[in-house]
Amino acid sequence: MMERNKMGMILFLLSEAVFFLLLILAYAFYHTSGELGTQAANALDVVKSALFSVALLSSSITLWQADVCLKSGGRSQARLLLAATILLGLIFLIGQGTEYAHLLREHVTISRNLFGTTFFTLTGFHGLHVAVGLALLLILLGLAVIGTSREPTSLAMEAISFYWHFVDGVWVVIFAVVYLWGYV
Amino acid sequence: MSEESPANRAITSLADMKEYRGMLSWITSVDHKQIGILYIVSAFVFFLVGLGLALAMRIQLMVPVSHFMSPGAYNQIFTMHGTTMVFLMAMPLLFGFSVYFVPLMIGARDMAFPRLNALGYWLYLFGALMMYFSFVAGGAPDAGWFSYAPLTEKGYSSSPGIDYWALSLLVMGAGSVATGINLIVTVLTLRAPGMTLTRTPLFIWMIFFNAFLVILSLPALNAALVMILADRQLNAHFFSPAHGGSALLWQNYFWLFGHPEVYILVLPAFGVISEVIPVFSRKVIYGYGFLAASTIAIAFLSYGVWIHHMFATGMSYVILYVFAGSSMLIAIPTGIKIFNWIATMWGGSIRFTTAMLFATAFQIQFTVGGLSGVAFAAIPIDWQLTDSYFVVAHIHYVLLGGTLFAMFAGTYYWFPKVTGRLLSEKIGKLHFWLMVLGFNGTFFGMHWLGIAGMPRRAYTYLDRPPLGTLHLISSLFAFVLALAILVFLWNVARSLLKGEVAGDNPWGGWTLEWATTSPPPVENFDRVPSVRGRRPLWDLAHKTEGGQP
Repeated sequence: MMERNKMGMILFLLSEAVFFLLLILAYAFYHTSGELGTQAANALDVVKSALFSVALLSSSITLWQADVCLKSGGRSQARLLLAATILLGLIFLIGQGTEYAHLLREHVTISRNLFGTTFFTLTGFHGLHVAVGLALLLILLGLAVIGTSREPTSLAMEAISFYWHFVDGVWVVIFAVVYLWGYV
Repeated sequence: MSEESPANRAITSLADMKEYRGMLSWITSVDHKQIGILYIVSAFVFFLVGLGLALAMRIQLMVPVSHFMSPGAYNQIFTMHGTTMVFLMAMPLLFGFSVYFVPLMIGARDMAFPRLNALGYWLYLFGALMMYFSFVAGGAPDAGWFSYAPLTEKGYSSSPGIDYWALSLLVMGAGSVATGINLIVTVLTLRAPGMTLTRTPLFIWMIFFNAFLVILSLPALNAALVMILADRQLNAHFFSPAHGGSALLWQNYFWLFGHPEVYILVLPAFGVISEVIPVFSRKVIYGYGFLAASTIAIAFLSYGVWIHHMFATGMSYVILYVFAGSSMLIAIPTGIKIFNWIATMWGGSIRFTTAMLFATAFQIQFTVGGLSGVAFAAIPIDWQLTDSYFVVAHIHYVLLGGTLFAMFAGTYYWFPKVTGRLLSEKIGKLHFWLMVLGFNGTFFGMHWLGIAGMPRRAYTYLDRPPLGTLHLISSLFAFVLALAILVFLWNVARSLLKGEVAGDNPWGGWTLEWATTSPPPVENFDRVPSVRGRRPLWDLAHKTEGGQP
């Protein structure tokens, strides 16, 4: 039987998946029933967002490698890779922040129209999840720097990795639905 | 088993155990038994509040054109009654039974995540208090327990009631998901040696699949709640038709949660019934496999029936037919369960203790509620009766005549295990008969009220026969129901003080919770019981080598 912390995390992510599914469905519903596609295509800078998305997706790879290093005893390498993961996550959040700032300057707000309503709710909750993930990763890094030689445990690493990979996976879907659908 | 440990022998009630003394022990506890008791007691307090609100409604409706309360107050009261009974009473009551008995019945020391367990309870309690704080913060929610948009949009509802409603449900929803995860992991990882999944008691099966319903349906509600909060607090337009939003989207999301929620409230009751009936019929449960498998069928189907709450919203016929079909389909696994319980009782040496009486009444009343439910699956009947008192009768036959009766069966069955003392059977039978009389007297006539055209949630009505007579009868019997609850309270108080000492296994039960002392010690079991069949205590008593399957 699977270890209980990992199992708990997977069940939590199942629950989160339903939450995001419904937010994405709400976006898709208004996309098909209105002019969300053109509004999105007009307002969003796909190339810029794609670059920040690459940062987020590569953070999954660095975290996976950090886990591998930790298991084989390469603590200093694991530390470095964890720090890189956090940096990449931070770059993504900063990218989202600049995107929001740009949209707000253009008067695209949550209350302007249905695109604003669905876009900010969906990406906002995703950003919140990235921020929570960063806090978890910082705890891992803190343990790797000042903790005992057995910390962070690979169990904690794995459970938090599940969360981080999930958040990345959700972004892939959001990117496809929100940023690319308008061009189809 | 208890005879081997003299330290435990002197313990005859909860108050004798030092771990259960003092307020601080209850606030800081991560023990699943204490948290279970906290859940059950809190749920019962909110039950009394919800009952008070119900009585206020029955007083208002006792006579035609009554001026007992204003329409605005009536809206707040029926909204808070529904919300309280579903989210503040029924769910925490079921969680209380779950977190108390799941570890005991699988032979575990505690839940898989004890601190998460405590978090779940405290999130519930403070969420519930926040809901009631709305009364002094500018007005309670007043859009019904399912808060249909666009009535909940800021333009139509300017009091902060809906904001409190959404926020506190969000807080409690997070707690429920935490508890659901905890229950699943507990059942999967902490079962006693030898207890395979097919040897777990049926209560465990029901709670296990119920927990999946919890973690997969509550997020649907949470998503809808953050959307309504965005609408109200940030002027977003999810459910606002004036800005292109869709009021139907709220209904879809709410009922995508709401129908599995109905089964969240019913499956644990099925679990309790599946424990009580075999013990008092002195027979092995009939069709264990069918009872377990039909639970899985119900859990799956419950996600595919939500449109039947929305038949009157003008969707295409194709959609209506599909969901009418799926709604009738879900009656099959439920019917299988009823037949299995009847078959278990058939030819058994039935002892009609109070617990068994409640379990028997459950079967009859739940079947009545189930049949009116199937009636609603027929589209024309739904169009005729939707939003009438027929719906009120249906939901109360399922959740009060069904779930609450089952939970009373569970209370009389397990009270001796939890407290060390038996509830009085004499007062219990008085409680039971008053409750059967009060419940059926209050709600059976409501079927007729609905057919006669009485709309639900109307704060008053004109004097057109038979409305006045039926409402008067219903209101009078509501007080009998309240009296039954008072009798129950008296029974609890009396039995806690001077009830008969129960001993480890007063009913001759077969599942593991009866193997330990009453109340169970903090560590639950002196030694980990080994399990070779579905009835470990029967195996122990009869020293069978192979054990039961």
